[in-house]
Amino acid sequence: MAKVLMKGNEAMALAAIKAGCDAFYGYPITPQNELPEYLSKHMALNGRVFVQSESEVAAINMVYGAAGAGARALTSSSSPGIALKQEGISYMAGAELPGVIINVMRGGPGLGGIQPSQGDYKQITRGGGNGDYYLYSLAPESLQEAVDLIKESFDIADYFRNPVMIAVDGLIGQMMEPVTFDNETPKWELEPKTWAADGDRSNREKNVINSLYLDPLMLEKHNLKLKAKYDVMRDKHQRYEMINVKDAEIVIVAYGSMARIARTSIEILEEKGIKCGMIRPITIFPFPDKAFRELQDSVKNILVVEMSTGQMLEDVKIANECERPIHFYGRVGGIVPEAEEVVSQVLKIIGGEDNA
Amino acid sequence: MPKSKIVYERSEGLSLMDNSYCPGCTHGIIHKLVAESLVELELLERTIGISSVGCSALNYDFFSCDMQQAPHGRAPAVATGIKRVRPNSIIFTYQGDGDLASIGIAEAIHAAHRSENITIVFVNNAIYGMTGGQMSPTTLLGQKTTTSPDGRTKAQGLPLRIAEMMATIPGATYVERVSVHNPQHVAKAKKALKKAFSIQKENKGFTLIEFISTCPVNWGMTPKDAVDWAVDNMIPYYPLGVFKDATVGEEK
Repeated sequence: MAKVLMKGNEAMALAAIKAGCDAFYGYPITPQNELPEYLSKHMALNGRVFVQSESEVAAINMVYGAAGAGARALTSSSSPGIALKQEGISYMAGAELPGVIINVMRGGPGLGGIQPSQGDYKQITRGGGNGDYYLYSLAPESLQEAVDLIKESFDIADYFRNPVMIAVDGLIGQMMEPVTFDNETPKWELEPKTWAADGDRSNREKNVINSLYLDPLMLEKHNLKLKAKYDVMRDKHQRYEMINVKDAEIVIVAYGSMARIARTSIEILEEKGIKCGMIRPITIFPFPDKAFRELQDSVKNILVVEMSTGQMLEDVKIANECERPIHFYGRVGGIVPEAEEVVSQVLKIIGGEDNA
Repeated sequence: MPKSKIVYERSEGLSLMDNSYCPGCTHGIIHKLVAESLVELELLERTIGISSVGCSALNYDFFSCDMQQAPHGRAPAVATGIKRVRPNSIIFTYQGDGDLASIGIAEAIHAAHRSENITIVFVNNAIYGMTGGQMSPTTLLGQKTTTSPDGRTKAQGLPLRIAEMMATIPGATYVERVSVHNPQHVAKAKKALKKAFSIQKENKGFTLIEFISTCPVNWGMTPKDAVDWAVDNMIPYYPLGVFKDATVGEEK
C-alpha cells in the first residue's frame, strides 16, 4: 500500500485494526472523536467489536473485561476522560492485563480546553491511578510514528501483560499527513494467553483475573513482581532519538509535536551558525535517562521545551544528575509554540540572558 | 447391604474452598443456586463470573468457573467487555446493593439498555455489609445503620426498588425479584435463575434476578430474626415476582 493522506485520529484507528485489535470501547470527547467514529464503521467491517459506552469509566472497565478474556482491546480518550479511566487502568496493571489506551491530550486542569497540550505528562508517566504501577508510554511526533507505534503497542502490552499508553496531543489527532501502514515494526516474542478467563475450560483448570491480595505479604510479593517488570522496561526498553547532538553546544529535550517543532528550530539555529541538538524521548515511561549519558562535553546547556508548565522538566533534572544547567520554555492553554519562539529562547541562553 | 442413594451433594459449580460469609447470611444459599443452575443447564464449563466489591468480592474463589474480579460497581461493564469478545460464553455478575444500586447504577442501567446478553445476580440486603453496616440506597425507611444511626429518613432518600426500575428499561428481557427465606422460595429462586441463564443461552438479552437477602451481623439480629425481619419488612416494600418478561408469547 502506498502512502495515503489521512487525519491523525483516523490513521491511529486504522493502525489499531492493522495491529489485530479485537475490540474498541469508548466514549465521545474532543479532540479524539474521529477515532471512535472511524472504528464504529470499520471494526464491524473487519468482524471486530465496537461499543460506545455510557461513560469513560465503563469504557475502561469493558477493556479490562475483554483483556481478561484474552482479547486485544483498545480505548481512546482525551485528558479529562483519561482521568476518569484511571480506576480501570489501575485494575488492569494490578491484574496484569494488556491493553492499549490512546490519549489525545488537550489543555487542563478541569474541563480546560480542547486545543493541544502536553499537560498529562505526569498523569501518564506516574501510573495515574492508585497504587504502585506504571504504563509503558509512547509519545510519537508524527502520524507515521503514531501508526507504527500503535501497530507495535498491542504486542508490547501482551509481552509485558501491562497497559500501554499512546500519548499524543490534539495536534497529531487533528492534522492530516500522508502515512503508510506497511512499515515493518519490531517483533515481540509472545506466549499464548493461558492465563485468560475466557470461558473455555475444555483443556484447563479455572482461571481468575484479580488484583485483590488481602494478605500484606502476598500483596508485597505482587508489588515487587510488578516492579521487576517496570525495571525491565527501564533497563532494556527506553526509546529515544538523538538529533544533531554531535558537537552541539546546547541540547533541547522535547517529545511529541513539540519535538517536531523543535526540529525546525534546530534548522534555523544551524543557519545562524549555532549547533543545537535534541534528545527526543519516544518512551516517556520509561524516561530515556540513558540518552543523557551519551551527551558530549561540548553540551553546555539543556533546554526543556513542553506544552506544559514543566512536567517532563522534573524527569530531565533527575536524568541530568546536576551535570548541566537546565532551562525551560513552555506554552500552555492550548497554545502551540512556534519554532521561532524556541530559537529566541536558545539565543537568550547562549547570550547568557537566561539563567538556569 | 441396602443400596444408598445420594440425595444431596455439594454442587460442582462451587469450589472446595470455605467461603468468607458470616453465619446466617444468605449469600451461601444464593451461591449454591447459581452453581446448581449452571451445572444443571450444562453451562458451567463456558461460564465466566464477575465478582464485585463488597462481601462477595472474594467469590472468585468460591465458584469453580472462570472468574474476573471487577472494580466497585463496574461488573456490568466488565461483563459487557467480555461478552462482546466471547459471545459463546455465559456471563453472570454477582453484585450487592451498595455495588449495583449506588456506585454502579449507571453500569447496570446501561448494560440493560444495550440488552447485553448477561445475567445480573443482584443481592439486596439493604446495607453495606463488607464495610461494616452503612446505609445503602435500598436501606428501608427507619432502618438503623452506622451512617443512619437514628434510622433512615426521607431526607436520605426513599429506598430504591431496583427490579421495578430495571423493568422499565426497554432493553431488559427478564427481571424477577425472589427471596430465599424458606425452602419453597429457595426452589422458586432457583427456577428464576435457570430461566435467566436459559434466556442468556438463547441470546435473548439482559436478565436480572434480585434476591432479598439478610445481614444478621450488621442488622444486629440472630440469623432467625434476620430472616423474619426480611419477610416482615423487606418483602412488603420489595414485593416478589416477575417485573418484566419479554419472552412471554414468543413460543406460542
